[in-house]
Amino acid sequence: MNLHEYQGKELLKSFGVAIQEGIVAENLEEAVAAYHKIKAESGNDFAIVKAQIHAGGRGKGGGVKLAKNLDELKEHAGNILGMMLKTPQTPGGMEGAGKLVRKILIAEDAYAPDFDACKEIYISILMDRGRKQNVIIYSTEGGMDIEKVAEETPHLVHKEYIDPKLGLLPFQARKVAFNLGLSGKAFKEMRSFISKLYKAFVASDASLFEINPCVKTGDDRIIAVDSKVSLDDNALFRHKDLAELRDTDEEDPTEVEAKSYGLNYVKLDGNVGCMVNGAGLAMATMDIIKLSGGEPANFLDVGGTADAARVEQAFRIILKDPNVKAILINIFGGIVRCDRVAQGVVDAYKNMGNISVPIIVRLQGTNADIAKKIIDDSGLEVKSAILLQEAADIVKAVL
Amino acid sequence: MSVLVNKDSKIIVQGFTGKEGSFHAGQMIEYGTPVVGGVTPGKGGMTHLDKPVFNTVAEAVSKLGADTSIIFVPPAFAADAVMEAADAGIKVIICITEGIPVQDMVKVKAYLEERDCRLIGPNCPGIITPGEAKVGIMPGFIHRVGRIGIVSRSGTLTYEAVDQVTKAGLGQSTCIGIGGDPIVGTTTKEAVQLLMEDPDTDGIVMIGEIGGSMEAEAAEWIKANGTKPVVGFIAGQTAPKGRTMGHAGAIIGGAEDTAEAKMKIMAACGIHVVKSPAHIGATMLKALEK
Repeated sequence: MNLHEYQGKELLKSFGVAIQEGIVAENLEEAVAAYHKIKAESGNDFAIVKAQIHAGGRGKGGGVKLAKNLDELKEHAGNILGMMLKTPQTPGGMEGAGKLVRKILIAEDAYAPDFDACKEIYISILMDRGRKQNVIIYSTEGGMDIEKVAEETPHLVHKEYIDPKLGLLPFQARKVAFNLGLSGKAFKEMRSFISKLYKAFVASDASLFEINPCVKTGDDRIIAVDSKVSLDDNALFRHKDLAELRDTDEEDPTEVEAKSYGLNYVKLDGNVGCMVNGAGLAMATMDIIKLSGGEPANFLDVGGTADAARVEQAFRIILKDPNVKAILINIFGGIVRCDRVAQGVVDAYKNMGNISVPIIVRLQGTNADIAKKIIDDSGLEVKSAILLQEAADIVKAVL
Repeated sequence: MSVLVNKDSKIIVQGFTGKEGSFHAGQMIEYGTPVVGGVTPGKGGMTHLDKPVFNTVAEAVSKLGADTSIIFVPPAFAADAVMEAADAGIKVIICITEGIPVQDMVKVKAYLEERDCRLIGPNCPGIITPGEAKVGIMPGFIHRVGRIGIVSRSGTLTYEAVDQVTKAGLGQSTCIGIGGDPIVGTTTKEAVQLLMEDPDTDGIVMIGEIGGSMEAEAAEWIKANGTKPVVGFIAGQTAPKGRTMGHAGAIIGGAEDTAEAKMKIMAACGIHVVKSPAHIGATMLKALEK
């Protein structure tokens, strides 16, 4: 689960991490009130207007603007609120439709008092799958695309692995601060910044923290100017407060609906829908659709129970996509019996009554033969198969 | 002889009296698996499915000589259950539970490093040595005693492979479901190594998926040490970047953990890579004839 920048910053702040202060606003009135408050607290006329969407590269699409006074604040806030913001990370990239901006963050000018004396730093924390340890990745080259930095100047990207039994050790925090070329007050601030940041990462069961940029100011403070925070969905049961931060407006509405039914659905761009039990088999089914000349329209794992109610929910979800020209159901029945699934498909089909695309049902495993007979005798426009290759051949034939 | 589990294993079930544990323990016993007892804290002294229940794994080990444990414990408590089994001296720990927080698994991995045991999973269907022991949730009847080892990160896709291997007239020595999480106890390479060294295994089916580098590491190991034919498939050739495809570990992070990149490395290391998941059984049959 991803957080917005403002939510991520609030989380960091609750662990004592210094952040660029800001106030979130959903309309112009709130934006103006936020500006006055920020101005009073910072003693600075400058403020930044930042679009709050779940995508990076917001500045590239005009979603981050500096306001030097109230008039500029109004102008930028008015432009950004409600815009369809295109960034390299929104669906379709800079050529896509973009994402609707519903909220903006009015943030203090973190680069005051001396912009030219500021240094931008990159810091992230994530779990390294290969090492099975958390790692802090950091670089003096903040404010840039870190993948590009790693490719072009790998010696400028440092990694510090954390022993899970001991946590972040004091020498490691010192090492980070030294390698970032800091000294004096800035060195001390970074040491503390890193240890608080790591504490926040572990305590919130995060899967990613990315602070880019983190700024060393002219007066040697260390401030998180941006925050990208992803949390481990599997750990949300012990973070009820964080679970409430989920913004379903940022997710595909069909995926949100599917999730409410307990279906694991990911929307894709193809023309053949699929309904499968098990994630690995679901991916393999998508692959076989492609090999049969189609393109998968979705990933959908119906899980262990595939009764009529569930199959019907899955049908409805898949058919919301107008690009779907056929649906392949692929169930390997183990504990779940194929004849029950077949009856579920027949019942769901009859209940819906208006399915206009060809349905191919491949049922294999417990009672597969009985299941095929149920489908074949139903008189419905449903084609049945037992072997995976047979199903693939039928998909090819109907496209 | 097979690997990891067989008719001589002494198996206990953690979460024995729960709904999942009861159902699958029943299925395992029906298959003929040597289940000797179970553990549910607070229910020690009971008898369940005609087997003794203990409060702690340590007690089950000392009273029954248990050496293998299968875990059906909810995600919030599963990491603790794995560590309890390891501490009690269980040698093969099979964790079925899906949805364990990643940071819990980071701790578990570190804890297990210093102990003499092997964890399979989590988020896996378990292990089966056909005709001897079914220690998992897979449907027993699709398996047949034979000499093909199977390693997979998935559940139903493993069954698909098993079914094809059986229909090709071959059978399985041991099938190892290593699990679909980002951190698993036994990697693809380690599971392949076990089967490569097993005198009762003639060929190996290796099924991977997008995300991580386990298949590439296994492929490099096979290139250097392989003595038996390996058929490989990677699920998720059509998966988009950056989206989790059901399994917590099935997510493309960069250019190296796509299905295409993995298949390329596997083919270069001498693995018989199939593009279609429908061709696993037939390809194994052909590879064995060579």
